[in-house]
Amino acid sequence: MSGDRARIDYALRLGDDALVLGQRLGEWCGHAPMLEVDLGLANIALDLIGQAQHFLAHAGALEGHGRDADKLAFRRDVLDFKNCLLVEQPNGDFAQTIARQALFSTWHELMLQRLQGSSDTAIAAVAQKAVKEVAYHASFAREWVVRLGDGTAESRQRMVDGLDWMWRFVDELFAMDLVDQAMAEAGVGVDKSTLRPEWDHLIDAMLAEATLERPAPRRGVMGGREGRHSEHLGHMLSEMQFLQRAYPDAVW
Amino acid sequence: MYTTELQNQAGKPKAQVASTEDPALLEAFEARVAADEFIEPKDWMPEAYRRTLVRQISQHAHSEIVGMLPEGNWISRAPTLRRKAVLLAKVQDEGGHGLYLYAAAETLGTSRDEMVEALHSGKAKYSTIFNYPTLTWADIGAIGWLVDGAAIMNQVPLQRTSYGPYARAMVRVCKEESFHQRQGYEIMMAMASGTPEQKRMAQDALNRWWWPSLMMFGPPDENSPNTAQSMRWRIKRDTNDELRQKFVDVTVPQAEAIGLTVPDPDLKWNEAKGGHDFGEIDWEEFYAVVRGEGPVAKERMKARIDAWNDGAWVREAALAHAAKRNARAAA
Repeated sequence: MSGDRARIDYALRLGDDALVLGQRLGEWCGHAPMLEVDLGLANIALDLIGQAQHFLAHAGALEGHGRDADKLAFRRDVLDFKNCLLVEQPNGDFAQTIARQALFSTWHELMLQRLQGSSDTAIAAVAQKAVKEVAYHASFAREWVVRLGDGTAESRQRMVDGLDWMWRFVDELFAMDLVDQAMAEAGVGVDKSTLRPEWDHLIDAMLAEATLERPAPRRGVMGGREGRHSEHLGHMLSEMQFLQRAYPDAVW
Repeated sequence: MYTTELQNQAGKPKAQVASTEDPALLEAFEARVAADEFIEPKDWMPEAYRRTLVRQISQHAHSEIVGMLPEGNWISRAPTLRRKAVLLAKVQDEGGHGLYLYAAAETLGTSRDEMVEALHSGKAKYSTIFNYPTLTWADIGAIGWLVDGAAIMNQVPLQRTSYGPYARAMVRVCKEESFHQRQGYEIMMAMASGTPEQKRMAQDALNRWWWPSLMMFGPPDENSPNTAQSMRWRIKRDTNDELRQKFVDVTVPQAEAIGLTVPDPDLKWNEAKGGHDFGEIDWEEFYAVVRGEGPVAKERMKARIDAWNDGAWVREAALAHAAKRNARAAA
């Protein structure tokens, strides 16, 4: 694989994670369990959409075919999306949303901490800004896992179910493929496998405070980074991309 | 966004109930208000003033919250990442406005839960405008341009309203609303100068939102029985018709500037009055919408009630967890 292609893919992966999760969180707007949570989720969505704009613009510039962030967001199909499977999972109930957020944002923060030192200055610059935002996402989500886990019998059961739904997508966060290896060696990216102990530690501490058991180990479901997604992503894209697809000549 | 004070029916002045309040206190209160002083939560105030304020501020707060829904309807389909981010930020602002308006109303002794309960039971009203559907992306432009434009007309004077917490909330709200109005107009501008399909959407959105926007200012002055009292109390600073006229005069040239046509055959400039004459508003429609018979009123209330009911277990969990924490800290 050429270094250029790997670097483009790397920026797309970072951008698509943020875009897809931001899109999912936007679905909550106006429907959250309480106003403060509504604002919190919208705030996280907004941060993520902002990050997606930067990473996708960078990917488009590296590619050099005149595709900007919007072209990449609104004119690619499922097979070309590079996000991890975790972020495209449906919102479900609030516990499922929070499970997804806690697992992802904890990983995301560790990633961005490392990426601040990326040899790709554009990636480093986005990471430096985004890491502060994501630190808030992670603490918001982990605090809610604790509240729900150590709340009522119902909230506890829902939290257990939410984690159970999401847990099969955790391993993918740390998996290293050829793109990741090339980028880690070039100093652009991160050896994600090295993040796992710290992630485990943070998640275990959260689970302990929430009085929850760690979900049982299971075979990880993978493929998002290569464009092999769940059935959910296509529906999300058909909604998200509707205007750009229906009116391809329009400028908005 | 703003709701003018709404009642269930066209105004029938209520019978004056003899006040049992201390005339000296009442006189002192009226004098302070007349001198444009702010009334603060701990100050003495007439019961009717308190009730009117709770009704008006809570209606305003409910309008912000229900108003998140028609725009929220397009967050997932916004056409570019920038438009999506701006819309998310805007809807988030509306939620924030709701939050500090509820807080302002709570200083008058009514809890947020009571106000929310009144909304869900249909006892409390919210702006009629949010009972209309958002069908195309141009509606998001029209809401920002017209609805937030109307809101600004209503709210700017309220920065000097007599109740301190409400006035201060309005200062924050107004700053954000003028940004919303500009971004809405910018969406309309882009569409009005876009493809024929976009232009059609823009004109159609103006056609559908124009009259409901004029209704946002509330019934005509002759049918607005509380206006005089509210103006005397400085809860209101201009009449409905004055604000409506101002809105028309500001908005018509904006429509012309981007090549859109205001859907009113009677609209014309009146040199003598220095303003536009415009056609008769369909007040039957307005009162029907106030009664809860707007085109998507049922959808709006169902969305709010579902969110509240579906989130009950979350709120209970948060309380239960806080209680456990406190108990552990005390042990």
